[in-house]
This record gives sequence, structure tokens and C-alpha cells, in this order.
Amino acid sequence: MYLATTGAAEATRKVSRGRVAGPVLALGSVSLVTDISSEMVTAVLPLYFVLHLGLSPLQFGFLDGLYNGATALVRLVGGHAADRGNRHKLVAGTGYALSALSRLGLLLAGGGTLGIGAALAADRIGKGVRTAPRDAIISLSSPPDALGRAFGVHRAMDTTGALLGPLAAFALLWATADAYDAVFVVSFCVGLLGVLMLVAFVPGREALPTRRYAPTPAPAVPDAAPTAPESGSTAPEPGPTIPEPGPARPKILDPFRDPAFRRILGAAALLGAATIGDAFVYLLLQRQLDFAVRWFPLLPLGAAAVYLSLAVPAGRLGDRVGRRVPFLCGHAALLGAYLLLLTTGAGALLLVGVLLLIGVFYAATDGVLMALAGPVLPAAGRASGMALLQTGQALARLLAAAGFGAAWTLWGVRPALITAVLALAAALACSAVLLRRLERRV
Amino acid sequence: MPAPPPLSSDETGVTEVPDVTPVVPDRRGRDGARTPFAAASTRAKVIAVAAAAVVLATVAAVYTVGAAHRAEPEETASAFGLDAGNLYFRSTAAGHGRVARLPAAPGVAAADRTTGGPACERFYAAGGTGLCLTRRPGIPPTSYAVVLDGRLREKRRIALTGIPNRARVSASGRMLSWTMFATGDSYATSSFSTRTSILDTRTGYLIKNMEEIQLTLGGRRYHSPDVNYWGVSFARDDNRFYATVSTKGHTYLVEGDMKTWKARALRENVECPSLSPDNTRLVFKKRVRSGATDPWRLYVLDLRTMREAPLAEGRSVDDQAAWLDDRTVAYALPGRAKGTSDIWAVPADGSGAPALRVPGGSSPAMVR
Repeated sequence: MYLATTGAAEATRKVSRGRVAGPVLALGSVSLVTDISSEMVTAVLPLYFVLHLGLSPLQFGFLDGLYNGATALVRLVGGHAADRGNRHKLVAGTGYALSALSRLGLLLAGGGTLGIGAALAADRIGKGVRTAPRDAIISLSSPPDALGRAFGVHRAMDTTGALLGPLAAFALLWATADAYDAVFVVSFCVGLLGVLMLVAFVPGREALPTRRYAPTPAPAVPDAAPTAPESGSTAPEPGPTIPEPGPARPKILDPFRDPAFRRILGAAALLGAATIGDAFVYLLLQRQLDFAVRWFPLLPLGAAAVYLSLAVPAGRLGDRVGRRVPFLCGHAALLGAYLLLLTTGAGALLLVGVLLLIGVFYAATDGVLMALAGPVLPAAGRASGMALLQTGQALARLLAAAGFGAAWTLWGVRPALITAVLALAAALACSAVLLRRLERRV
Repeated sequence: MPAPPPLSSDETGVTEVPDVTPVVPDRRGRDGARTPFAAASTRAKVIAVAAAAVVLATVAAVYTVGAAHRAEPEETASAFGLDAGNLYFRSTAAGHGRVARLPAAPGVAAADRTTGGPACERFYAAGGTGLCLTRRPGIPPTSYAVVLDGRLREKRRIALTGIPNRARVSASGRMLSWTMFATGDSYATSSFSTRTSILDTRTGYLIKNMEEIQLTLGGRRYHSPDVNYWGVSFARDDNRFYATVSTKGHTYLVEGDMKTWKARALRENVECPSLSPDNTRLVFKKRVRSGATDPWRLYVLDLRTMREAPLAEGRSVDDQAAWLDDRTVAYALPGRAKGTSDIWAVPADGSGAPALRVPGGSSPAMVR
């Protein structure tokens, strides 16, 4: 695979060095803007519900949880729809547009629970639909040996948006003395801008190499975006990839036929099933630290800052030494965070250590997993494959969070955390074996 | 369905892409024949998106400025103090978001309210002490419990996290308690948990989170990390109190003792107890249906016989009821317009029928 570098891939690397493909930067900008838009709303929604509308928190929890399960299936549909007829840009754009429009829905719904529920559902569907096509465009627009960096750049930009969104929302509420409608209107405008940027700058189907199938890899499209207009327009030589029988009309479960993909999915699901979920990590931190409680809501910002600053280095490292390395190391960092929670009482060390390790975990695993899977998937079935992978991981994490919550309630914090540590260590060992075979195979 | 032959998807009519040349349009619009938009030069696209960005930014800015103008100037001083014979409440009509009052005498029209009290999300007052749970926007937004004196001037301010939920003052005005939903501003948590505090205004001693209290459940000492308390109601002696504890999906009524700092579970399925002025009965909300639709009904529990009976209110009430006198309780129900609520009153013995007491109000507190 991509690790077995041939002369051709070497050439590709030289072409691509120092530059990220235009579509990646374009999608990164779209994600940045869109995340500002969506995190603005996410941050104020509970307040809006309970204080402004006077709804019961119970109702909010109900509406909020209602759609989380459905997102997984929508994602599969989005990936499949993108592959069929090679409509990545159209499907992703529809998702972005749907989420942007959902802000207007919130505005128009007023206090109606039904309307708010519909708006939330539209937002979730949009989010689910767009993810896989977007990641497929990123991977199809980048040379296979620079995928890690490409995803790193995208995730760094994406996280920047997620970090800015809540700050913008709180600033707006402060400036307007709690005018939630202003938050929704601004969020809609920002989201719409994201859609327009996608329409203008993200390449459509004619620019994606999905109509051919392996052994041709994804060629670089270096001058697709305004940021890199003067680059040489020679496409890279075909790099090495696994041979694909690749039918042009992929079926939704096609990626399962490939043992390499099965192993990646297995590793991602195993590790996902051993993560306890961020909510619990912050809850545990909150229990062990008793400093100024009102700053607590800002803690995840620290982890996000680490994430966005390390996403690119982690991706580059993956490109150089093999993407399983950062992927496994990232989960080892998560293990370290759990161990810290288990063993340390020292406030400052615990706080800084856990935020740092969580940030490292996301930087080294989120985009890297897509970069790991990209080359294994045929271009024509990439969005479906990525959707499968993301769905598998998300479902595993959902199960794990539920399991940890139950263990916490039944056994108490420490036994539950010890179980989580053991489970993650075991999953890590299994995944190391699974992914080593994967790289040996070539 | 048999698998279609390879490349049969050409029916989409898109010209096969040449293998080597990237076909992304460059500045010269070389590829322009295929789709009109792709033909637009990069510069034209940048200009178009920039123009759209300017338009959208203008819309956002104009709307925000308009919203900021709508915001009422913040007043700190209250237009009135705590005087016996008045029903205080948070107004959701005239003077929205601020405390208002009405003479308690029957027959006073709700329009005769005096507005201009402190701005609160939740309010309660008794014995010359007011408790105002309020929220100030910021990064992050912060909630406060503000202790008010008999003229509704600020005496003490305690910074909190979460969304204000319940507020109570003991009859003497000495013991204060409030409950916050510990979520909302957080990036991380998805489920609601509560944090209940108790403040002794005589000693100034503050219990930030009462979940460390020694709890006896089913006759045994009970430990669980998931205990949550809410809805405290103090007795006349300023020592005994009632509250709700939830653990492992069940809620219990507990009787607590400040001096020994112990609590004992009395019975199941009791939330937000409110002790009558004569300290003999509790009105509480009882969960009668699982799920999120209409889950609660108001019940009264006689503490001497431990018998409970439903009140005549047939709607689901999510509030800690407040006693207007020894025979009547008041509570808020959502109003017709969004963000509004109405205060209703119903006899506390299960007889009669609910009556609209104050349209456009919540957090009722009768000052005697």
C-alpha cells in the first residue's frame, strides 16, 4: 500500500511537498465557517430551551437525544448517494445547506416543540449526510502519500471553527442581552456563506478521479483552488495501490469484501468501544478538581486548542512512518488520560495533563483514520466506505459511553474507570496486531 | 439484483475524464465548455463569494444591532421592597424578566401589578429576605444567586454554573436554597444533572453542593456517585428540610437535618416538595407517566398520616409549588406565547378547580 513506496510515489511526493491540494483548503474553509455556524447554536440551545422558552429540561434532553441514533444511518445513505453517480459535491452541499436552513427553522419555530424538533432533525440529517462525501473529496483530491497531512489541515481548520463558534455565540448574547434570535440569524448567515464557498471553490464531479478505478490512485489536483493557481498542472504518476475489481456502481456493503478495510474497521470499532466519551471525562475532571466552577464550561476549549495545533504534525507523521503509528499512539494518549484520572489527585497536573492528552488523542486519530482508510477504498466507493467506517466507530463509541455510564452507576467511579483502562489497553493491543498485518500485506 | 457491468454508469452522460490532465478550471477557464459555473474564472468566483459575504455580514450586523437596541437598559435598584400582603412573582408580561408584585387581596386585577423589581430567572422571598437567581451573558455566561434584603437590595452575590431552576427561602428568611441544572453552558455534557446549594444567611455558611450529605435509603447508609438533589423546602425551625434525591433512575423524598447533616429517604416518586406554612403537609410533583410528555401531577402528602392525594390540577406541572396560605398552592404553567407563563392556584386538599391567579408570571412568592 502507500507504505511500499515506489519510484512513482516518490515523484508524487515531490510534486505535493509543501502544498495542500486546493480542494482540501476549500473544504477546510467551508468546514471552518460551517462549524462556527453550528457550534454557535449548539452552545446556546440548552439555555434557549430552558430559560428563554421555559421548556422542561426533560423535554430538551428528549429532543436532543432523539436524533443521535438516526444520524448514523443517514451517514451511510449520504456516502452511498455520493458514490452513486459521483455526486460528492452535490450531496455534501445539500447537507451543508440543510444545516444552514435549520437555523431559520429554529427562528420560525418560535416556541413550538414540534418545529424545534424538526429543525434539530434537519441539522442532524445535514451533518450526517455531508461528512462522508466531504472526506471522500479530501482523499480523492490529495496524493495518497500526503493524505495524512491533507486530513490534518482539514481537521485543524474544522476545529478552529468549532472553537470560535461558542465564543461568538456568547459574545452575541452578551452584546444583545440574550437575544437568541440574533444568534440564530447570524448562524444562518455564516452557514449560508459556507454553502456558497462550497459551491464556488470545491471541485465538482468532473475534477474527481472517481470515474476511473484502481489501480489508478487519486491524482492530485494542485490548481483547483484560487490559493494555488500557478502550480504545474501535470498530474502525478499513478501511485501504487491495491488492485480493485471495482464495479462502477458500488453497493453499500462493498467495502466489506476487502480484508484490509475490514481490519481497519475492526480496529476503529474495537478502540471506539473502549472509549468512555468526552462528557464523562470532563465530568470526572469536574469531580476531582474544585476550582472556580464557572470556568468549567471552557475546559474543552483547551483540548480543542491542542487538537488544532497538532492535527497537521500528526498527519505528516502518519504520511512519513505509516498512519497506524499516530492512530495507535493517539489511543495510547487517551489511555494515559484515563490513567491520570485514576491515579493523580494533583489539580494542575491532572487538568493540564488530561486536556493535553485528549487533544493529542483527537489530533492523532480523527483525520488520521480517514487517511488510513482512504487508499484502501476504491475511488468509486470511497464515500460509502468512509461512511461505513465513521458509522461503525460512532456506534461503538455510543455503546461504550452507555456501558461506562451503567458501570459508573453500578460499581462506582474507580471500578468503572479501571475497567475502561483495561478495555482500552486490550483494544489497543488487538488493534496493533490488526493494523500491523494490514501494513505487512503489501 | 445482479451487479451492473463495469462502467455502466456512463448513462449520466458526463464526458469521460482524461486520465492525466486535471480538469479543474484554472484562471483561463480552459474547461469552461462543460459547466457554466465551472467556467467562471477563479477571480470572478472570489469576487462573487466576497460580495455574498459582505451582504450576509451586513444582514447579520443589522439584525444584531437591532436586537441590541431592543434590549432594555439594565436597572439595578428595585422599585419596591418586600411588604407583607403582597404576591411577588417574576413577570413575563409587562416588565418582562423582572420581579413584579400584586396586592394579595382578592379581586385585584393582574394589570395592577407593580413592575420594576430585580431582574431574575427565578425568585422567592420570605421573612424579609429575597433570593434571586439570575444570569449574566459573557464568555462563558455566568449565573448568580443574589441574596436580597427587605428592600430588595443586593446583600450578597454567589457565582454559579448552570441554568437556574429552583429557589426557596425559609419562612424566617434565614435559610436559602437553590438548584441549578449543571449543563447548558458546557461544551461537553449532554445530560442534565443538578447541583443544589444551601446558604445560612445568619452564619454566612454556604454549602455549594449538598450531594455529600449522609443519606439513609431503605434503612441503610447509601453511597452512589449519581445522587442528585433538588427542590429543597425548609421547616419553621430552620433545621429540618425536605428535598428530592434521585439515584439510579428513581426519585425519593428525603427529610434532612442541617445540624447533623443527615438525610433520610421517606418514600419514592416525590419531586420538588413544598412544605405548608403550618408544616403539616407537602405539595409535590409526582411522576405519573414515563417519557417527556406530561409526566407530572401535583399531589399533597399529609406528613402525619403519610397519605397522599392528587390535587385538582389535571395538567402536568414542572414547578416547585408555593403555598399562598395554609389552604392554597400556586405554581407556574407555560403560557400561550413562547417564553411566557401563567401562575395558577388550586386548593391544597384535592378539592375545587385550578384558577388563573396571575397571567404572565412565574416564581410566585406570597410575602406574609
